[in-house]
Amino acid sequence: MNVLVCVSRVPDTATRVEIGADGKSINNNGVKYILNPYDEYALEEGLRLVEKNGGEVTVCTVGADVCVDILRTSLAMGAEKAVHIKSEETLDSFSVAKNIAEVAKSANYDVIILGRQSIDFDSFQMVSMLGEMLELPSVSMVAKLDINGTLVTGERDIEGGKEIFETSLPAVISVQKGINEPRYPKLPQIMKAKSKPIDARPAIETEKYTSVLSMEIPAKQRVGKILTDSDSDINELVRLLREEAKVI
Amino acid sequence: MSKVNVIKNSNLSSYSSSAIASSVAQIATAESCSIIFYPANSYGLEIAPRTAVKLEAGYISDCIGLDYNGGDIIASKPVYAGKAVTKSKSERTNKIFSLRPNIFTASESNSTSVTICDFAVNISDKDLKVKITGLSKNEGKLDVSEADKVVSGGRGLKGPENFYIVEDLAKSIGGAVGASRAVVDAGWRPHGEQVGQTGKTVSPNIYIALAISGAVQHLAGMSSSKIIVAINKDKDAPIFKVADYGIVGDIFDVVPKLTAKINSLS
Repeated sequence: MNVLVCVSRVPDTATRVEIGADGKSINNNGVKYILNPYDEYALEEGLRLVEKNGGEVTVCTVGADVCVDILRTSLAMGAEKAVHIKSEETLDSFSVAKNIAEVAKSANYDVIILGRQSIDFDSFQMVSMLGEMLELPSVSMVAKLDINGTLVTGERDIEGGKEIFETSLPAVISVQKGINEPRYPKLPQIMKAKSKPIDARPAIETEKYTSVLSMEIPAKQRVGKILTDSDSDINELVRLLREEAKVI
Repeated sequence: MSKVNVIKNSNLSSYSSSAIASSVAQIATAESCSIIFYPANSYGLEIAPRTAVKLEAGYISDCIGLDYNGGDIIASKPVYAGKAVTKSKSERTNKIFSLRPNIFTASESNSTSVTICDFAVNISDKDLKVKITGLSKNEGKLDVSEADKVVSGGRGLKGPENFYIVEDLAKSIGGAVGASRAVVDAGWRPHGEQVGQTGKTVSPNIYIALAISGAVQHLAGMSSSKIIVAINKDKDAPIFKVADYGIVGDIFDVVPKLTAKINSLS
């Protein structure tokens, strides 16, 4: 079974976002970048599939030269190959999907797995765009996945519950947190990853579908009334919530 | 609103993102509609990108605001889980937006008549490859991302056995229970309750944070709440900086009294 796992490089969740000089992206100074947390679940799911069925996992990312670090992390976790589609410029979702679709068309992957979203732009677009571009079935937010032969069954999270689904390979799947417990790369794997191949190629150019005009930090004025733990202050909090804020 | 197209097709009796995207694209083409809106929920977020590829449309997801500027629609969209907001636009003739639930309000239509038509669509077998075979609802539990009142607990609760403090307060105000990442990672609570950058983004009318210090990733997931209340024994906890109301105190002492007071009034 050949699995393609799409990964992206994102600021660590502890990052305090500041707007950069261009006014439409973040200031990178001091920002620590990591493998997108949801992609770790995608990669773990792919690795478990090939451990059970044979085959190999290829990881793929679209981005600048610096993205090589998350590819090495992915190779250390157990992927055998990596494809690095290089672009120093930030591409829009359509263009990223188009580039990954080209990679997918050049090899016969049985399943393409992604994280439910990348935690930078939170766009939730890749899984369905790839499904459409490759004319494959796609399912997002998958919290449980079973693949037997070409039969795919599983559960996906929806508001207030889960949908139980069935489809067949080849398919595109995006996974939810909790589907598995991602492994930590061990030192021998980290060493071995250094000699695994990374196929670097330039991004194909596509027309711009969307563009970011500006970015800002949302500011909300807060009341900021901080009380003590006395009984009268606890009663006062209830009064404020009922009469001033009118929320309970 | 002047026209409603109704699609009746037995292939649409069960949800398929591909079949719905194909149907919408067929209507948009037939009616020359160049702007399409979807809800940014677990269905719209699957259908919209497929429609965008079919119609070669520029698609912006999870919008919280739309400004009409000449011929352009400028969409506001939270990024980095709400730590920042971008303004962006579609560069294509066809434009698709998915809108975050509970942000936009409906207004009265001033059109005098609405035409309702049946619209026939072609759905091919390749659009029916995913079948929904069942549905399980989280019985009796309000989902944290849908609730208009949320009470969340953090590591300061010291153990899963103490979460009744959070649940009791949530029950007293009719709210859902949420949890910090630390608590979910420790296995005290299911990940479906996690609020924050790798959990759910919530914007209820009232968000009460109990024994949650307020890590950046947690604040990102709840800072768009209308009213934020924090109870924490550390007066310097970052959560107080985003709080409308707060109590500096031990949750084991303060929260049961707070719950009792609310219950006595209702």
